[in-house]
Amino acid sequence: MKRRDFIRSSVGAGVATGAALSLGGANSLLGAEAETDFDLVAIRGGEPEVMFDKGIAALGGMSRFVKPGQRVLVKPNIGWDRTPERAGDTNPKLVRRIIEHCLDAGAKDVLVFDHTCHEWTKCYQHSGIEQAVAEAGGKIVPGNSERYYKHVDVKGGVKLKETDVHELMLNTDVFINVPVLKNHNSAKMTIAMKNLMGCVWDRGYYHKNDLHQCIADFLHFRKPDLNVVDAYRVMTQNGPVGVSLDDLVTMKSQLISTDIVAIDAAAAKFVGMDPSEINHIKLASEAGFGTMDLSKLKIKRIVV
Amino acid sequence: MKLSILKKIRVVLALFFFLLLSAVFIDFRGTFGDAFYQWAVSLQFVPALMKTITVAGVVAWGLIAVLLLTLLFGRVYCSAICPLGIMQDVVSWVSRKVKKKHRYKFRKAWTITRYTILGLLLLVVLLGGITLLTVLDPYSLFGRIASYLFKPVVVWVNNLGATALSSADVYSILYQYDLAPVQWAVLGTTILFFILIIVMAFNRGRLYCNSICPVGTVLGFLSKYSLFKIELDHDTCTQCGKCMRVCKAECINIKHQTIDYSRCVACYNCIDTCPEDAAVYRISRKGKKEKTVDLKPANVMVAQPKGPQMNKRSFLFTAGAGMAALAGVASVKKVQAAATAQQGSTIHSSNGGKIPEDKNYAVSPPGSESIERFNDICTGCSLCVSACPSKVLQPSFLEYGLAGMLQPHMDFHAGLCNFDCTTCGEICPTGAIKPLTMEQKHVTQVGKAHFIKANCIVETDGTDCGACSEHCPTKAVHMVPYGDLVIPEVTEDICVGCGACEHACPVTPHRAIYVDGNPVHLEAKKPETEKAKSDLKAGEFPF
Repeated sequence: MKRRDFIRSSVGAGVATGAALSLGGANSLLGAEAETDFDLVAIRGGEPEVMFDKGIAALGGMSRFVKPGQRVLVKPNIGWDRTPERAGDTNPKLVRRIIEHCLDAGAKDVLVFDHTCHEWTKCYQHSGIEQAVAEAGGKIVPGNSERYYKHVDVKGGVKLKETDVHELMLNTDVFINVPVLKNHNSAKMTIAMKNLMGCVWDRGYYHKNDLHQCIADFLHFRKPDLNVVDAYRVMTQNGPVGVSLDDLVTMKSQLISTDIVAIDAAAAKFVGMDPSEINHIKLASEAGFGTMDLSKLKIKRIVV
Repeated sequence: MKLSILKKIRVVLALFFFLLLSAVFIDFRGTFGDAFYQWAVSLQFVPALMKTITVAGVVAWGLIAVLLLTLLFGRVYCSAICPLGIMQDVVSWVSRKVKKKHRYKFRKAWTITRYTILGLLLLVVLLGGITLLTVLDPYSLFGRIASYLFKPVVVWVNNLGATALSSADVYSILYQYDLAPVQWAVLGTTILFFILIIVMAFNRGRLYCNSICPVGTVLGFLSKYSLFKIELDHDTCTQCGKCMRVCKAECINIKHQTIDYSRCVACYNCIDTCPEDAAVYRISRKGKKEKTVDLKPANVMVAQPKGPQMNKRSFLFTAGAGMAALAGVASVKKVQAAATAQQGSTIHSSNGGKIPEDKNYAVSPPGSESIERFNDICTGCSLCVSACPSKVLQPSFLEYGLAGMLQPHMDFHAGLCNFDCTTCGEICPTGAIKPLTMEQKHVTQVGKAHFIKANCIVETDGTDCGACSEHCPTKAVHMVPYGDLVIPEVTEDICVGCGACEHACPVTPHRAIYVDGNPVHLEAKKPETEKAKSDLKAGEFPF
């Protein structure tokens, strides 16, 4: 309860400051942007929940994205039966904080699922995400059976023209994508766009039909309203499962953006890759889903 | 009527064991832990016997308990502990409700049949196979019936409930569960035995236990020497025959006031029924009784067994099973080739997958040490199949050859073996799968991955895939540059054969990567990794 109050007051303060600044004549005279008008917020140096508090405040708070009474879908990476230390899945502390922010913004329900690669109950449990969701007041939803998936058309998709998506993709108002940043042996990196593969039933179809094109094509169906990249511990090699703790670098970083292409491009930079090396980022950028040229972005950098 | 409490105790115990064993095999949510599984099956005769034989220096207490119980009180195991026996009692109970005039009567023992089956079983074991035991052991039979016939019904009901609840946005109570498909041959065998047992129980009570079941035969033999026996007190017995009519073992010869102890399953129905309290349970009055126990009484009062039909069926079945077991000595590879030839009529959906996998051996579970050892011990009870979280363990039909029929093998189309999971070894009641520590499991090589480049999407379609390497826990399967793309490569000595690559490979009908079993499990090398580095300093941004 105390934590909730703290978030509410700090987020409130952030919004108030932002509003005051944007109303002040001095800002426009100096040519400053409205405080919340960033394409991307990058935070470094803190614990996941602290970085998220600061980052989302810089974007104007969660109330910009979640309206009272809405149903929110939070989609972390829970793909692997790994403990948080192994960073195969999204950091549970971050997931918990995002849910708390959504509920504070008045969300009616916050629902969390993933179509896992390992046995799903073990993934949900060992990743710590099941517990984090329960403690934050969200709902954890299974994604283990085809019966939870509904057939949809992907209008505009080049290779992915139809697929089966989890029913939550069809009956939630707000979609928050929360990937963990990882090396990936064939998708090169797994970040925000790749994380959406956990929303469909048949991942094999992607692998069979031009992986990168399918990853980009999914955005024709639904683009997340907000993306939060967990780069607290980053698996820079042997991804996406990881062989040992040796594969990890503690970066204590986080990225927040509404632009899924921009956030993937920025995240790639964290592991020393050029966004253009990653085919699905290039394809999504060309299809107009966002900007991969970081020099064209308004970036807010925060060091905690 | 003090002694009639015996029947009540028997019914309570029987229901307890029946529900316990059913729960263990039906538990698709993994509600009960490994320790519970182990505990629940510890009193089952054949697994306890196998464990005693196979795990050197360890005598399973369950075996001693069952033998002691039998020598003291008769076939209590059959009436109160054996789930298959109790299942038959349920059927008999139903048949008595349905058929108003259902009455048992004394019948001749099928002595030749039962000892032939037992002898054949032992002969086959001496020849190096336990197929006949796998097929006939009542515990394992029940395990398969519960796993492949009862469980789907429960799961189906569960899924209906889950659908209803999720449409109301409730996901926390029930969830959908998908059963892995079981080969038709395994399912067919299970259904066949289920029907056989049901029909026998419906018409003749415990006929299966007293004509086919090898455990029934062994315990029946021991029961003749048990301390406590049910006896008809000659002074009070009026030969009214009520006891005979409720005797589902059909072993009370009312004319001679004798009981065939080799068939009596100590159900105490007779004691409960006798209006004169003439059926008593007491320390056997030796000498006098021994004479009256007659396996083949000349019987005038009671009709002969219904006819040769059942005998013929039983004979055919016995012969068939025996031949199957003997044939099990035949080459494993030949039979496997036949098995794989049956599969593979799937539709081509990419350019790849044209070259068949060259699997020489099935993959036995980690902890089984070798296919030969595993085939010698496992009775195919399917407890590991039921408990395997990733569903990779599936019952085989011909994968190991006939010698390993119904034993679980690693089916990588159904799942992958989770690197950090040791469940099957923890729960295996026979010792066929030995428990492994996590360290041991991580280096146990049950098979090796083989890559067929000509089937791979990267080669045939010119697009990235990498699903195999993605799932590989040791990176024995890793991606190497291939033009603008990357293609898999296998480092065999760090591969553990978990099948993650084969499971993930999207190529059909034949995979581009598959695991061939190690007939004898080997030790894999540990993967060597370098410490990951980053040039990025704290607080610095790369853009």
